[in-house]
Amino acid sequence: MAETESALKIAVLVKHVPDAQFDRHLSGDNNTTDRSESILSELDEYALEAALQLIEARGGEAAGHRVTAVTMGPAGAVNAVKKALQIGAHDGVHLSDEALAGSDASGTSKALAAVVRHLGDVDLVLTGMASTDGETSLVPAQLAEMLGLPQVTFASSLELQQEDGGWRLTARRESDHVAETVESALPAVVSVTDQINEPRYPNFKGIMAAKKKTITTLSLADIGLDASEVGLAGAWTRVNDAQPRPPRSQGVIITDEGDAGIRLVDFLAEQKLL
Amino acid sequence: MATVLVYLDNPGASLHKTDRELLTLAGTLGEPSVALIGELDSAVAAELGAYGVQTVFQPSDSGLADLLVAGKAAFLAAAAEAANAGALLLGNTFEAKEIAARAGVRLESGVITDAVAIAPDFTVTKSVFAGSYTVNAVVTTGRPIITVKSNSIEVADPTEAGTPEVREIDVPAPTAAARITGRSEKTASGRPSLDEARIVVAGGRGVDGDFSPVEDLADALGGAVGASRAATDAGWIDHSAQIGQTGKTVSPQLYVSAGISGAIQQKAGMQTAKVIVAVNKDPDAPVFEIADFGVVGDLATVLPQATEEIRKRKG
Ligand SMILES: Cc1cc2nc3c(=O)[nH]c(=O)nc-3n(C[C@H](O)[C@H](O)[C@H](O)COP(=O)(O)OP(=O)(O)OC[C@H]3O[C@@H](n4cnc5c(N)ncnc54)[C@H](O)[C@@H]3O)c2cc1C
Repeated sequence: MAETESALKIAVLVKHVPDAQFDRHLSGDNNTTDRSESILSELDEYALEAALQLIEARGGEAAGHRVTAVTMGPAGAVNAVKKALQIGAHDGVHLSDEALAGSDASGTSKALAAVVRHLGDVDLVLTGMASTDGETSLVPAQLAEMLGLPQVTFASSLELQQEDGGWRLTARRESDHVAETVESALPAVVSVTDQINEPRYPNFKGIMAAKKKTITTLSLADIGLDASEVGLAGAWTRVNDAQPRPPRSQGVIITDEGDAGIRLVDFLAEQKLL
Repeated sequence: MATVLVYLDNPGASLHKTDRELLTLAGTLGEPSVALIGELDSAVAAELGAYGVQTVFQPSDSGLADLLVAGKAAFLAAAAEAANAGALLLGNTFEAKEIAARAGVRLESGVITDAVAIAPDFTVTKSVFAGSYTVNAVVTTGRPIITVKSNSIEVADPTEAGTPEVREIDVPAPTAAARITGRSEKTASGRPSLDEARIVVAGGRGVDGDFSPVEDLADALGGAVGASRAATDAGWIDHSAQIGQTGKTVSPQLYVSAGISGAIQQKAGMQTAKVIVAVNKDPDAPVFEIADFGVVGDLATVLPQATEEIRKRKG
């Protein structure tokens, strides 16, 4: 009964992160992340794919549903939004302000929560399970706390049903010992794992269509935040110093000549690991 | 001395090794107290007393144990205020990190995850970018909230005798929370859990559907079984065994990698292991770049031979 469903508005949070295929660095006096060689965090592609699948199952953009890609960060961060638009998001938002540099999880959450509030009537905030740079997984939970919304994290499947004029979400989560079914009303903050789907690639049509899509640039003032609340100034944590880990010294490599299992055990015995 | 509040989630009838690690660490940093969800078993209470725990905070509403993160975080924040805690310590599971995250918002306090050491001034040592940097970080605002990786602390023998005082805290149930409506337990393997294991033996696509050589070696070594994503995606082993960027991060004393190429996302989960042993048919497999001991060979013969040799030597 697609015609009776209300329009869905989904915000997908996307992050511009250093490409893990290259060596990644901390730089500057404050040991912040060096963002040259950055890409759309591959874990966010799963969130975007989940958003697109949810709306495509209900008639997509033609039925009034919308997926907005949201990022924050310096000028280059807009590339994460552009990639999301090529993949299929309908419009984009870039919170851009030099004062955001060096934001920790709390500052990032504060800024993103303010963007979500600014967008208004968002039904679903979708994120990846972690950023591939900070890797803390703190932001989805902090966003939910700040927005006063239910959180459903690490979803490996998602379903939506219209119910009593609102939306109800059912998700599956897997942990070591249990598989859980979790239910929540919308609006909610949801993070998804890389088990949930197979993200699509941008195709030529998508790349051309993206050029016509709107990216709204917002400043801190637009979303009602002061520079002192974000970035290094507003961070609740600080990195005092950073040391690159010494490279692992080359170990012993042997070729099996019929006794490698025994030589392996000799090595373990030498290392007192038996 | 400041109170250091340790969060324990449903310890059941006895403390877990990670709980003991947190209590040991808390004892070196200040006076340990505990915020505990779930029933307080008398044996657990006695053990907490032996770790010098003065007070155990519990939610007055036992239903909180079944709630998702929002309720647990609200309880922890309330306990931190009641204890006037100087710092909060939690384990490093995904859920514990989220509880820390939300309690951090409630307490306007900074959160640092993945700690491997904490100095007396609460400077935290952790590694970032999949182990390529070691950083020292501090919480600059509020009560430091720190999640600690397992196996980072040598568990101390509890010495003090004493029974902690139990204090119940009223926590209003959060209005906006998701609800768990179904739950199915997975069968336990009887092996140590990946989070706690000193030894991990992991298999990849090279096991070609048969994990038994990996499992047998793990059992001979008393270790846990892990896997690459290729192996979990193929359905050869449960997804919870996955090691790596989107699986578990482990730092065991010994990591045995068998039939795993060593892609960057796999390395992200294991390269801080003390000793890395790799068995792979391909001499150019990237895993050999980080192996302390590598065997170019077929895991289907090398692993069983090693297992048999270990059994022989152990008698
Ligand atoms: C977003 C994202 C997240 C990811 N997260 C993870 C993660 O958390 N963990 C993870 O592991 N991967 C992850 N991956 C996948 C990762 O990139 C690799 O594809 C994966 O690790 C490969 O697994 P593998 O080494 O078992 O398989 P392969 O790369 O196929 O390697 C198999 C190896 O086995 C060897 N071999 C074959 N037969 C034998 C034999 N009989 N004896 C000995 N050796 C043999 C081969 O020489 C080869 O080196 C992720 C990828 C993406 C895109």
